Amino acid sequence: MNNSLVVVTAASAIFYGTPLLFASLGELLAERSGVLNLGVEGMMLVGAVSGFWAVQTVGGPGWLSLLTAVAVAALAAAATSLIHAFLTVTLRASQIVSGLALTIFAGATGLSSYLGHVANLGGKPAHHEFDAIDVFGLKDAPVIGPILFHQNALTYGSWVLVGLALLYLYRTRPGLHLRAVGESPATADAMGVNVTTYRYVHTMLGGALAGVGGAFFSLAITPFWLDGMTSGAGWIAIALVIFAFWRPELALVGAYLFGAFSSLAFTLQARQVHLPPEVFSSLPYLMTIVVLVLVSTGWGRRRLGAPAALGVPYIREER
Amino acid sequence: MKKSVRLAATMLAAAALGACGTTNSTTSTNQPFKAAWIYVGTAGDHGWTQAHDDGRKVVEQQLGTAVKTTFKENVPEGPQVEQVVEGLVRDGNKIIFATSFGFQDAMANEAAKHPDVKFEQATGFKTANNLAEYFGAAEDADYLTGMALGAASSKGKIGFVAPFPIPEVIREINAVALGAQTTHPGATVQVVWTNTWFDPTKEKQAAQSLLSRGVDAIGQGQDSPATGEAAKAVGVKWSGYDSDQSNVAPDIWLTGTVYHWGPYYVKRVKAAMDGSWKTGSYYGSIGDGMIDIAPFGQSVTQAARDQINAKKEALKSGTFYEFTGPLKDQSGAVKIAAGTKMTLEQILSMDWFVQGVIGSPKGG
Repeated sequence: MNNSLVVVTAASAIFYGTPLLFASLGELLAERSGVLNLGVEGMMLVGAVSGFWAVQTVGGPGWLSLLTAVAVAALAAAATSLIHAFLTVTLRASQIVSGLALTIFAGATGLSSYLGHVANLGGKPAHHEFDAIDVFGLKDAPVIGPILFHQNALTYGSWVLVGLALLYLYRTRPGLHLRAVGESPATADAMGVNVTTYRYVHTMLGGALAGVGGAFFSLAITPFWLDGMTSGAGWIAIALVIFAFWRPELALVGAYLFGAFSSLAFTLQARQVHLPPEVFSSLPYLMTIVVLVLVSTGWGRRRLGAPAALGVPYIREER
Repeated sequence: MKKSVRLAATMLAAAALGACGTTNSTTSTNQPFKAAWIYVGTAGDHGWTQAHDDGRKVVEQQLGTAVKTTFKENVPEGPQVEQVVEGLVRDGNKIIFATSFGFQDAMANEAAKHPDVKFEQATGFKTANNLAEYFGAAEDADYLTGMALGAASSKGKIGFVAPFPIPEVIREINAVALGAQTTHPGATVQVVWTNTWFDPTKEKQAAQSLLSRGVDAIGQGQDSPATGEAAKAVGVKWSGYDSDQSNVAPDIWLTGTVYHWGPYYVKRVKAAMDGSWKTGSYYGSIGDGMIDIAPFGQSVTQAARDQINAKKEALKSGTFYEFTGPLKDQSGAVKIAAGTKMTLEQILSMDWFVQGVIGSPKGG
């Protein structure tokens, strides 16, 4: 029963959706402040390499080493996103150009690749990895066991994070300010909210979460480091934010949906159902295009919650 | 003051020039012979490229100071290849080895441009007066790996994570299936195609899809050890590819096909040095040592080891060949009649699966 198509797909949807969830939650927070960061792929790769480096370097018990690795991955990717924040918030450069530049600079064959080769991380298995936890001894429970009670600590962490993001955005004052900055920075500024600080903080928060998502690749999916190992997950995460209408709870649903697509092609193949793999790998983008078309109309924009000031630099003098 | 500085500088420059001149003239006869390698991946990828780089190191060890080797790693398969080769020729390299199929066209063009330089292309098919081809009969070792998989499987259900539906991979899978059926009669090999040589996430997903179908031994034709990661989580025995990957999961590691390029490289570089180099298509085998299996993992039983080693000796001595009839295809129809050996041409264009392989030879 636990090897049935539905259970296997659901369990792997959650596992492979987790890095997408982390990265898109981060991007969601940055975009809520009005900063579009197309550098997610690059930041994830920086997270993947620095997290792996930390787990190989930091000694001590496994849990401590892994915890440190996640923190290092988050910090390194946040530092990378600082470049984007400086260019777009302080210097008011184009967010599109800066974000793309960030991915090229930090991504495969860029900074992350350089760091991995200098530290000679390639081809070695990780000293510690995030194993699936048998929660309450329920991992073999029918249907729900493999899906809900046999995931790893990072996945459970991401669930907590979705809850926190919801609380933050809709139940706290800073969350309200954040939304104001994304909708109308001039109004927020007039209210006494520091637009620059909010945008810096949330861009870096976005970077940190992208870094954790990247570390999921090198510490959970394939516990070794390889050049360019996220292979496009960062772009899917950006698409996911739009797909989720900039709402954390929908990002969770979308991440698992996209996670399911990524492994469904193989699950079906192993069951003798032959569909071109391209169908599944293009589905996330196809679905995002549909949402983009909806969002592009004024009606859709208002209804779906795209931050009104997304991608627009804030210049106080032009208020 | 100024004058003396200028004078000193001139004298230094003159001395330097003179020094250069003398070194050139005195060492021109015993300058090291230059050989170069082009890699598609990194030299430390624990797979395909590392096997080639190990071969380059053998050349350095055996030929010592007579040879100076260089390598270019992470060369993308595209228009840059010609520039890379051009640069290597300009640096004085007299023999250049390209180790990925995608380098072939650029190598053929460069070979035409530089008739005095020897070119060697792995896994290709184009040859010229100064362009040779080389590859190894991995199927010999794949057969032995299949025997290990069959012996490790209790239900006879074996999984295989495969890259592309091309003859090279199809004959690898067939060899694994034939080998597995000797140690576990009636064993099946189920194939899932990833359509990539190297994408650890996809490789792991493909392996998981097979494991969820209940395969109890799993092999791979992929370049990363991600299949082993998936197998480790459920304690299923695993065989690798390209090089010894046992350190990823020593408990479940069986063995795997490995390449030893070193002896071939030494032979070819020596030939280029003494002028006896000739073009050709070299197809190395387990007999000449280019192909081998990795050391057995701890879980391979002594009985299985003996059986596999005996078969290895038979392959080496030529008393046994895995692609000898009767061979049936998936539908059970006889493709190769009893006692007939498949020709090299038939093997190089193989596009059908033997009986017992589950999956389509046309891909996913």
